[in-house]
Amino acid sequence: MKQRGANVFRSLDWIILLIYSALLFMGWFNIHAACYDDTHESIFDFSMRYGKQLVWIGVSYVIVILIMASNFRLYSVLSYFIYGFMILLLVAVLVVGTKTNGARSWFEIGPLKIQPAEFAKFATALALSKVMSAYNFDIKKIPNLFMAVGILLLPAALILLQPDMGSVLVYASMIFVFFREGLWSIIMWLIALGVVIFVTTLQYPLAFVMLGLVIVAGIWLLAFGRSIVEILIAWGAVAVLTGLLWVANHYLLHDKFEWHYLIVGASLILLPGVVVYSYIQRKWSPTFIWLGLIACFAVVFSVDFVFNNIMTDHQQTLIRVFLGLEIDPKGTGYNVEQSKIAIGSGGLWGKGYLQGTQTKFNFVPEQATDFIFCTVGEEWGFVGSTVVIMLFIALILRIIYLAELQRSAFARIYGYCVASILFFHFAINIGMTIGMVPVIGIPLPFFSYGGSSLWSFTVLLFIFVRMDASRDELL
Amino acid sequence: MYNNRKYIIGLIFIAVALIYIYKLFSIQVMDSSYKLSAESNVFRKVVDYPARGLVFDRNDKLLVYNESSYDLLATPNRVPEFDTADLCEILGTSVESFKAEFQKAIKHSKYKESVIFKQIPKHRYSYLQEKMYKFPGFEVQKRTARKYEYNAAAQVLGYVREADQKYIEANPYYKPGDYVGVAGIEKSYEEQLRGHKGTKIFIVDVKNKVQGKYKDGIYDTVAVVGLNIQSTLDIDLQEYGEKLMQNKVGSIVAIEPSTGEILALVSSPGYDPNLLVGSDMAINYPKLLADPYKPMYNRALMACYPPGSTFKTINALIGLAEGIITPSSSFPCNGGFRLGSHVVKCHHAGSLDLVSSIQHSCNAYYCYEFTKLIADPKYRRADSAYSNWRRRVQSFGLGTKLGSDLNQESGGILYSKDYYNRFYGEGHWTGYTIVSLSIGQGELGFTPFQICNACATIANRGYYIIPHIVKKIEGQESIDPKFLEKHDTGIQRDYFETVIQGMYQVCEMGTGRSARVPGIEVCGKTGTAQNPHGKDHSIFEAFAPRENPKIAIAVYVENGGFGATYAAPIAGLMIEKYLTDTITRKDVETRICNANLLDPNAQMK
Repeated sequence: MKQRGANVFRSLDWIILLIYSALLFMGWFNIHAACYDDTHESIFDFSMRYGKQLVWIGVSYVIVILIMASNFRLYSVLSYFIYGFMILLLVAVLVVGTKTNGARSWFEIGPLKIQPAEFAKFATALALSKVMSAYNFDIKKIPNLFMAVGILLLPAALILLQPDMGSVLVYASMIFVFFREGLWSIIMWLIALGVVIFVTTLQYPLAFVMLGLVIVAGIWLLAFGRSIVEILIAWGAVAVLTGLLWVANHYLLHDKFEWHYLIVGASLILLPGVVVYSYIQRKWSPTFIWLGLIACFAVVFSVDFVFNNIMTDHQQTLIRVFLGLEIDPKGTGYNVEQSKIAIGSGGLWGKGYLQGTQTKFNFVPEQATDFIFCTVGEEWGFVGSTVVIMLFIALILRIIYLAELQRSAFARIYGYCVASILFFHFAINIGMTIGMVPVIGIPLPFFSYGGSSLWSFTVLLFIFVRMDASRDELL
Repeated sequence: MYNNRKYIIGLIFIAVALIYIYKLFSIQVMDSSYKLSAESNVFRKVVDYPARGLVFDRNDKLLVYNESSYDLLATPNRVPEFDTADLCEILGTSVESFKAEFQKAIKHSKYKESVIFKQIPKHRYSYLQEKMYKFPGFEVQKRTARKYEYNAAAQVLGYVREADQKYIEANPYYKPGDYVGVAGIEKSYEEQLRGHKGTKIFIVDVKNKVQGKYKDGIYDTVAVVGLNIQSTLDIDLQEYGEKLMQNKVGSIVAIEPSTGEILALVSSPGYDPNLLVGSDMAINYPKLLADPYKPMYNRALMACYPPGSTFKTINALIGLAEGIITPSSSFPCNGGFRLGSHVVKCHHAGSLDLVSSIQHSCNAYYCYEFTKLIADPKYRRADSAYSNWRRRVQSFGLGTKLGSDLNQESGGILYSKDYYNRFYGEGHWTGYTIVSLSIGQGELGFTPFQICNACATIANRGYYIIPHIVKKIEGQESIDPKFLEKHDTGIQRDYFETVIQGMYQVCEMGTGRSARVPGIEVCGKTGTAQNPHGKDHSIFEAFAPRENPKIAIAVYVENGGFGATYAAPIAGLMIEKYLTDTITRKDVETRICNANLLDPNAQMK
């Protein structure tokens, strides 16, 4: 027993522990700076958030030791049990949870506040790894895919009922895990395309979007091994036909149709030609891509229609602000603007520890939790911000590297789950503070104030570190 | 299986990190606007407004001072429901306009204070102070408002008003809400009078609550009170002049010849300077603008009239200097000067010498003299002779801006030879063509200010000092050196004595006897400016005493007829008032004060 414990700490990945500790303490200092005021100067003042955070950090190390001392097989064996238990907690919180800010997300047990949605992440990751590591599991088999997605949807749906949109969206990050485990890459592309179409449709004139799609379709043909000449002919044909349609539209119909209709019309007219061409060539990829193009047009029209005709003005404004198309200085846009001011005012080297004015005087909302990165940006400047980003990326890449070394599929998949969840939190949280991502209230791992989030990320990470420490014990 | 996908995932993660780092670089290092926004977030600059400098008259009588006034500020987010009607009643404003201002303040910022109501008068403020507890979220900011001790000299002292957007753009010292002098001394000496604003920088939190001084106040500046100014005005003389000019349109300018100091500058009708103070200004300013007699228009500095016969003194001096005439020269005057069928009439008998020609204001004398002057063989052509004459006229400060510290001066009308060359054709005009210039009519226009300065030049026997309104600026060794410099006409002193003898006789036994002051040797000259729109303007220029003159004066009474009718007695009274501080001829004073020359049919515009 003693021998084994010593082994674990020898084979523990010290790089991860080091980065973890660095992030933890940097977070603590920044919480101190964000909450600091003249009446509570000591960083050890336990009535203040930074004092409490130190307690949470202490507890975290206890958790780390406990996990490292545990049996690594435990997690694979107990994964469904843990998952089930968490689902029960998620149900329970909807019934007996405390309502804060309109969401029933917390258990209050005496002085302790626990947010089950935070812990649901590692539980779901365990269950997902268990399912996907099963013998004969193939993500390309539809029933298997559904099962994997189902594992995610169950907690996601329960969290949505709280409602806590941020925590729900975290499960979307599992797309990376699916991709690593063999999901069709086309799905990744389609998701990317869908997002791009959605955003550009609301942002640019439709004719530009259509034109862009035609160009993308051509490039895609190239990816399918078609020749440049063929693609140029396809583009040329669309251009010439659009021109002809414009002439007809202008002189006969007095500009009844707008440009984007002309482009769509030209593409539709060309479709039979493409089909015939494909038939002659015995290569069906041009037809598929052409149909895909037309499908994309349909998506553009429906997005446009839904946005302009079905959504209310209020919803439209929300989406515009969400996409950064409209500035709403008093609403969420205000938060982002203040957050950018705080970060932007930091300059290259920052204003120095405790010297930030924007965060200290509460111009930035939620400055100790979701917007903690503002303090980093303001007090430590570009240099400090870059260090934090690089630490996160180093941690995530280290996890991926270690995951690939695992002999068990369970550990590998779990490692990818950890990397994906951490990446999602990192990307959304920092992206939102610098105005590149819509405001979704999720914490920055290890940095943001709060026991639940800190402990849940600690558990999430160190279960993987524990499994990694014993990777050689598996044959 | 799918081993290489780890690279794709890793690359996506790295790409996102790089995009973020790039974005951070652009907002933190490249773009400085966020730093400015951060400053405007946390720094609340509280401006410390200095009091403007005081203005005194030459005898240290206080003319302009400051009275506390108060601006009402509101911080919208701290204002709960309150009784708007009650507050508006205290302020003396309408509920609608108050609400409009309040909406503007909310639009500006909910958390920052905005000025809601400016310049609360003193009596209202004391009442408001008692009631302030009823209006949380409001506070008052102490400012100062100008106050004028005398109902006199309004156009000279000028007024201040809030700097407008255009002015602020051109003068970055000023910020919205600052006051600036826009006329008179207030404008000319704005820089000295305004002092220097101070700023205190506080750090505030998101609710605009002060969290302390920025860096313990090392960047704070203290307000510096404006400099006090002593004016050259004699306010008693000024007031007296305005009294004499009541119900008349015209001007009086009085200068101390030896120094160029302006003793009085009356432009009638004037207005009460306290009308243009504080919140009353908004009401009174348009009213003054609409007044048909244009009380804001400084006639003394800006109105150009033909100088009439007062100009004969100048032509006499030029003739003497040019050797056209000698003191004993005389011209035949048979009741006038004949020019073809036209006769320039005279109202005295016989041919006169120079002294008598001034005494009796002989038109013919100056017609002869002037035509001779323009035909002077020294100059090959009439236009060269004319140019020389014009230069001589200008040496008296006529027809040019004098460059005083009252910056509303008109230059006057005194055309160059080109004008006549264009009008008549080069070589096609002679002294006869423009003979009316000899008696101060025709294409001449001088301001009362210029005429008074020319009179001071005669009193000084040949030089003038640019007339100015400021005698001393607090803390400054001397005034602008240009106000100490002598501008010499280059004409011999003897010639002046001859002309002065004539001017003396004008008051003793000539056309200006009504200006005569017992016991004082007054030298003067009457004038009548032809007025194509109505009755002629009455003009008189004078200085006294004859030796070591203390005062030179020009009086213009529009539609007053001959110079002797109104202008001469007014000049006499002014001289007596200034030199002896008593008025012996009460009957004259009463007659003048009671005279009403205003058109009873004049309408407000």
